[in-house]
This record gives sequence, structure tokens and C-alpha cells, in this order.
Amino acid sequence: MTSLPARILPVFAILAAIVAIWYVGTYALNAPFQRDLDRRAGETPTTWEFIVRTMTQPKPTLPAPHQVVANVYENTFLRKPTSNRSLVYHSWVTLSATLLGFAFGTALGILIAVGIVHVTTLDRSLMPWIIASQTIPILAIAPMIIVVLAAVGITGLIPKALISTYLSFFPVAVGMVKGLRSPEAMHLDLMRTYHASRAQTFWKLRVPASVPFLFASMKVAIAASLVGAIVGELPTGAVAGIGSRLLTGSYYSQTIDIFAALVAGSMVAILLVSVVGLAGRLTEKAMGARPA
Amino acid sequence: MTDAVVAASRLGLTFQTNDGPVEALSNVDLTIGKGEFVSFIGPSGCGKTTFLRVIADLEQPTAGTIAVNGMSPEMARKARAYGYVFQAAALYPWRTIERNVALPLEIMGISAAEQRERIKRTLDLVNLTGFEKKYPWQLSGGMQQRASIARALAFDADLLLMDEPFGALDEIVRDHLNEQLLVLWARTQKTICFVTHSIPEAVYLSTKIVVMSPRPGRVTDVIESTLPKERPLDIRESPEFLAIAHRVREGLRAGHSYED
Repeated sequence: MTSLPARILPVFAILAAIVAIWYVGTYALNAPFQRDLDRRAGETPTTWEFIVRTMTQPKPTLPAPHQVVANVYENTFLRKPTSNRSLVYHSWVTLSATLLGFAFGTALGILIAVGIVHVTTLDRSLMPWIIASQTIPILAIAPMIIVVLAAVGITGLIPKALISTYLSFFPVAVGMVKGLRSPEAMHLDLMRTYHASRAQTFWKLRVPASVPFLFASMKVAIAASLVGAIVGELPTGAVAGIGSRLLTGSYYSQTIDIFAALVAGSMVAILLVSVVGLAGRLTEKAMGARPA
Repeated sequence: MTDAVVAASRLGLTFQTNDGPVEALSNVDLTIGKGEFVSFIGPSGCGKTTFLRVIADLEQPTAGTIAVNGMSPEMARKARAYGYVFQAAALYPWRTIERNVALPLEIMGISAAEQRERIKRTLDLVNLTGFEKKYPWQLSGGMQQRASIARALAFDADLLLMDEPFGALDEIVRDHLNEQLLVLWARTQKTICFVTHSIPEAVYLSTKIVVMSPRPGRVTDVIESTLPKERPLDIRESPEFLAIAHRVREGLRAGHSYED
């Protein structure tokens, strides 16, 4: 295993490069407006003053990294987590929809995979539909889901979670079909020599063999769930959640708020994917996997 | 023949492939008696593995008849009449050695106490006592194959079908396991069908050697071994041993096994 600094250093090198390019971009994108502003005010700032001004606009075209960091810090640590200006609050709202949708999606995906592996008719009929479902842009279908469900009286968390489900069942279904079919011919023959029932073959061979596939596809699914929950917040005029922060930010040209919401979203994504990854590693360790 | 464990008569099996039909077995007549150690030897494609898989009801014959313990292979399989050892150990990687041996016992619904007793007995039989809690990857190839033999022995079937079980192992380990297999055979009194492509291995182990040849797969010679039951490793340098090995080679040559 490589030491911690050796693993973190490359990550920080990339981060530093991104920040540097970002600052250059901030100057380039904000300079025309700043020039305009200074001309109308009749001011002639020095070069350094001008650069500083491009980095401190209240509604910049592209906010500078430190502006975003300050906004994230302020809205994460300096506000009560229950306040509707707190990023913790909004992240939690999105997170709860994500987790519910992910749970639905994983369950649905596993169910579909079990059906496809065991029923020939489903194998032939279901897969094309599942693939077709993912070619429809989620942005097109999300408002319809919200409207239809609202018409039957379902509002709030469930519609958002269902959009997450729509995105997250797919990787789980595809991964689990592969996983449940992953046992080698020899392992299956062995079960046949024991005259094992289908249920025994399923529980004692197919399920344990599919576990690595399950966790790999759950990693993709949970990220997709988060995207689904955020997208689900956009067309509803939701008052809370990362999606609503993005939306209000764009209404009022609060670019810094938009970027801060994006950072919050990424943090939630990193957290979720890491938790799934860790759960996967612990499970495989408990199942006697050779340490990598 | 009432005590025939396997009785095949004019047995044939033709696979339908994309390149047309392939005759894997043709006109095989063979009787295997109780307690025999029968080796099947021949080049690849001679149908020796296919024949073993027919006995195990993993392949269906297309001609002739075959009986296992006096019944159809399917009934014999459902009666759990045999244990099968594959070319690879085929242990489930998420189970410890003892849980792997327990697998057939769990499927057959044997009580936990009885399972413990049988695991202990069979692991002792293959000299793997002390490795119960290890996972397969923690064992060498030879030990893994011994664990898979223990798994095949665990439910006490009288017939043991072994498909090139030591084919992937180096010769030193293979010699050692051959010796152990003979001891195990003597202790358990099982009937063993053993597929191999090694002449010394076949001659050393068997009471009967079935020489097969390819295209179509058929039996060219059946040799009853004259070697004594007690066989130290150096019996392989005795004139008697070499004479049998010579006859096996002749049988292979007669079946055009040495031609391109």
C-alpha cells in the first residue's frame, strides 16, 4: 500500500492546476464587465487594482474560487442547519430524496435482474425496454412525473425519489444480470451434481457470486440517484434542496450561490460514493476476499 | 451383472455444432464393477470427459444405453449416487474450506451436528485437518484440489468421478496426490472413474485402463492391470509396470492418437 502523502499529492497537484486555470478564467470572463463598469464610473484603476476588482464582483460571470469557498464556508458552518439559507439544510433535503430513490432503485434493479436471469420471457422482452428507458432525457420526463403524481395527490419527497429511482435502477439491473450470470459453468455443474434446487443454486451460488457486481453498480447508481434528486427539484419550483438553490441562484444571477450549491452537491456525491465503496470493501472482506 | 456400477452399451453422443455434427462418443461398450479404479486415457477430443459427464447426467447420450447403479444417470444423480471432482478445484471463493465441504451437505439437508462430524472426517481423509477456517486462495493448488476431493467424499457416495483432477498441478505434487488417492481408495472402498492424459498416472492408479481415441471418440482397448493393490511410487520402474504402459501406448497408437 502506498503511503498517504504519495496518494494525496497527485490529487492536490490536479487541484492546484484547476484552481490556477480557474483564476485565469475568472479574470478573462469578468474583465469586460469590469472595464465597462470602471469606464462609466470614470475610474482608471492600476492593473493590480483591476485584477482584484474582477475577483470581487458581487455577481460575477465566473466567481473566483475564494468567493465560492467563502460562500460555502459561510452557508455551511455559520448558519443554523435548520435555516433555509444553510447548505447543510438544502443538502439534507436532497440527500433524503437521493437515499430513498436509491433504495427503491436498487431494490427494483435487483428484482428486474432476478426476473431476467430466471424467466426466459422476461430476458427476451424486458431488456430493450430498460435500455430505451435510459435514452429518454431525464429533464424531459421529470416534469411529467411530478405533474402526474401531483394530480393523484402525491407530492413532496416521493416524486423526487421516483426520479432518482428511474435513473438508479438501470445500472443495478444491468450489473446484477451480469453478476447473477457470473458463476462459471463448473460451479453450476457442481450444483447440478448435487441435485440442488433452483432456489439453492440462487442463494448459495448466484447471490454470493454477484456481490462484487452489486457494489460496483451501486456506486454508479447512487451518483445517478443524486443527479435524479437534483433534477427532480428543478421543475417543481421546490423551495428546498440543492436543485432549488441552483434555480434561485440563476433567477437572481447569484452565480456564487450556484457554484456553492454545485460544491455542496459534489461533496454529497463524494460522501455517498465513498460510503458505498467502503460498504463494498467491508462486505467483500467479510466474504473472505483476498486483500488487494 | 448385478453389481455393475456403470454399464454402457453401444453408447453414442453426437453434438450439434455450428460446423455440423461432432461425434464425441461412438459405440462405447463398457462395464465398471464395484470397487474398481478405472482410468480413461486418450488425447483431447477422444470423449473421455464426455463419457464421465454422461455418467454424471451432465450430458445426454444420443444413442445406446447406460445404467448407473442399475438406474438411469438422471435417477442416479437425483439419488446423489456419485461425487464429481472437476479439472479445477472449483471451490467457492467466499466459503472457507470447511464451508466448501459443507456445501453438498447443506444442499442435501444434513443436520449441523452430522455436518461437523463429516467435515472433520473427510478433511482428515485428505490430510487437510487444521485448514478448516482458511479461504481457498490461502491454499496451494494441490491443497485446493484435495479440498475439492473432500467435498466430493463428504456425502458418502459410492462412486467418485474425477475429471483430470491433477492435470493443472506440477509433477511432484501430482505424484504425492496419486499416492494419497490410492490410500484413500483403499480406505473408502469406493468405485473411482478417473480421466487423465498421463500414461504413468493411469497405469499407477488403475485396476482397469480404458484407452480411447478421437474422431469419433471410441474405446480402442481395455486393459486389466496385473499390478498388486499395494503400490509404492517406485513400482513405476518395475518391468510389469512398463509392460502395461507399453500396451497403453500401443492402444493409443492403434487409435491413431499420435497422428496429426
